[in-house]
Amino acid sequence: MTEIYHAALMALAKSAHGHGRLAVRDATATLDNPLCGDRVTIDVAIAGGRVDRVTQEVKGCALCQASASAIGAAAPGQEIEGLRVVAAALRAFLQTRAPLPEAAWSALAAFAPVAERKSRHDCVLLPFDALLRAIDAALARAAGA
Amino acid sequence: MSFDPARLRAEFPILARTVHGQSLHYLDNGATAQMPRAVLERIVRHESESRANVLRGVHALAEAATEAFEAARATLARYIGAGNADEVVFTNGTTSAINLVAHGFGNNLAAGDEVVVSALEHHSNIVPWQMLRDRRGVVLKVLPVTAEGRIDMTALERVIGPRCRLVAITHCSNVTGAITDVGRIAAAARAVGAALLLDGAQVVPHGPVDVAALGADFYAFSGHKMYGPNGIGVLWGRRERLAAMAPLLGGGEMIRSVSFAETTYADAPHRFEAGTPPIAQAVGMAAAAEWILAQDREGWAAHERRLTGRILDGLALRDGVRVIGPLGLQGRAPVVSFAVAGAHPHDICEVLDQSHGVALRGGHHCAQPLMELLGVSGTTRASLGPYNDDGDVDALLRGLDHALQLLRR
Ligand SMILES: Cc1ncc(COP(=O)(O)O)c(C=O)c1O
Repeated sequence: MTEIYHAALMALAKSAHGHGRLAVRDATATLDNPLCGDRVTIDVAIAGGRVDRVTQEVKGCALCQASASAIGAAAPGQEIEGLRVVAAALRAFLQTRAPLPEAAWSALAAFAPVAERKSRHDCVLLPFDALLRAIDAALARAAGA
Repeated sequence: MSFDPARLRAEFPILARTVHGQSLHYLDNGATAQMPRAVLERIVRHESESRANVLRGVHALAEAATEAFEAARATLARYIGAGNADEVVFTNGTTSAINLVAHGFGNNLAAGDEVVVSALEHHSNIVPWQMLRDRRGVVLKVLPVTAEGRIDMTALERVIGPRCRLVAITHCSNVTGAITDVGRIAAAARAVGAALLLDGAQVVPHGPVDVAALGADFYAFSGHKMYGPNGIGVLWGRRERLAAMAPLLGGGEMIRSVSFAETTYADAPHRFEAGTPPIAQAVGMAAAAEWILAQDREGWAAHERRLTGRILDGLALRDGVRVIGPLGLQGRAPVVSFAVAGAHPHDICEVLDQSHGVALRGGHHCAQPLMELLGVSGTTRASLGPYNDDGDVDALLRGLDHALQLLRR
């Protein structure tokens, strides 16, 4: 019935891993969900093809908070190309129930019941979209520098 | 005829359906209200017996369709107290009605002229004026709101100044439910020679209005919020106002004569109705107005007021729940928005839908500037219709407790 909001998901949302802003960062991305007005801001610092540090701030629903929290917990230290794969896999997980990637992202399994609720997919995907946008901005900046 | 919500409920086929295996508790009437059988049947009858294009054929069906379309116009004119049916322009809804004014009236404005809106407005009464500002250098000014979510009347004189050409405000907020004290605003607009546009989308579902008594120059509303179809709405404008407006769309049915050298336009309302209009929708919208007029509206209003009071009381009893809008029943529509500490509106709506079959609206309600002002990212909104009953309110409050338990743990 309301299994979307199971204990693990709420715990992930409440723990708000990586919440805050980076004082020293390579890029920031802020994305809005026009449907509900949710807003996610992701700061990244990159180094040698990896995301070194990430922070997240969410003004939004529990799903969006949990997703950003998962990023805050698992993204630091990960390879950029690997993060692209994770973001695509999460999308496929919601849309077609394709399997999730490696162990570092096992927390994403908490979103399994959201697959049924198409109108809420964007709530989960918004932080990942913001993460990739921030990474791309950081890479562009590095290339221009 | 006395008011009987159970009888009224039975007139709405959709209310018999279940959602997620539970009875439907439809409390999203402010977004779209449901259609009674009388309206549904009128639409089917029109499409079954009189379907044809309007204003261009002479065969029997074309005449019947044109007659039904123009009769719908006359009915809606009566519903809003318009002196003349020619002042009723069919549009796709409130949004396109306001855009029509922003174009036709707005393009007669000069740089530096002012348009005044309020901070309560739906995006449909903000964005068209911003587009006009960008097009013509018109200045957009904003009436502030009080902590109760009403237009702040103490600001009228300061904001509505000598360069003001139009005051465009909501007759009732779709977020706070506050009904605007139009008289004072009309007087302030009149004092500087400005026109007055009212967004009546949230008012006409609760009964007829009198545009002349309101002192308005334009009145905009939608069919789908007043128990009629979507894809149809009305712009009412005073005859001389409409006559001074250029059309927004060009095409068939809006012309007097066309040559490659020159085209002359038809008079209002047809000047603003280029192309084949939503005919069955217009017929359905008029049927909805007739259906409203046939109800015991005093009983209806008292019933909605009582249920609104129950919701306000129920919310007041719950920790961390704050009503966004007037706390009392005076000068408010049966639209109740609230914010919950520690729980997001979409999560609340999701839980209530899934666990209790309650349909609510959550989010910014197309009023992001207002959300910002009120310091909330969004609200959860329950909006009532006459078919709602105590069972709906019980489900709302029970579902809310369940949601709070789930989301605040
Ligand atoms: C106050 C108000 N104005 C305008 C609108 C827009 O109406 P429509 O979407 O039918 O054009 C709405 C509907 O949400 C509303 O509540």
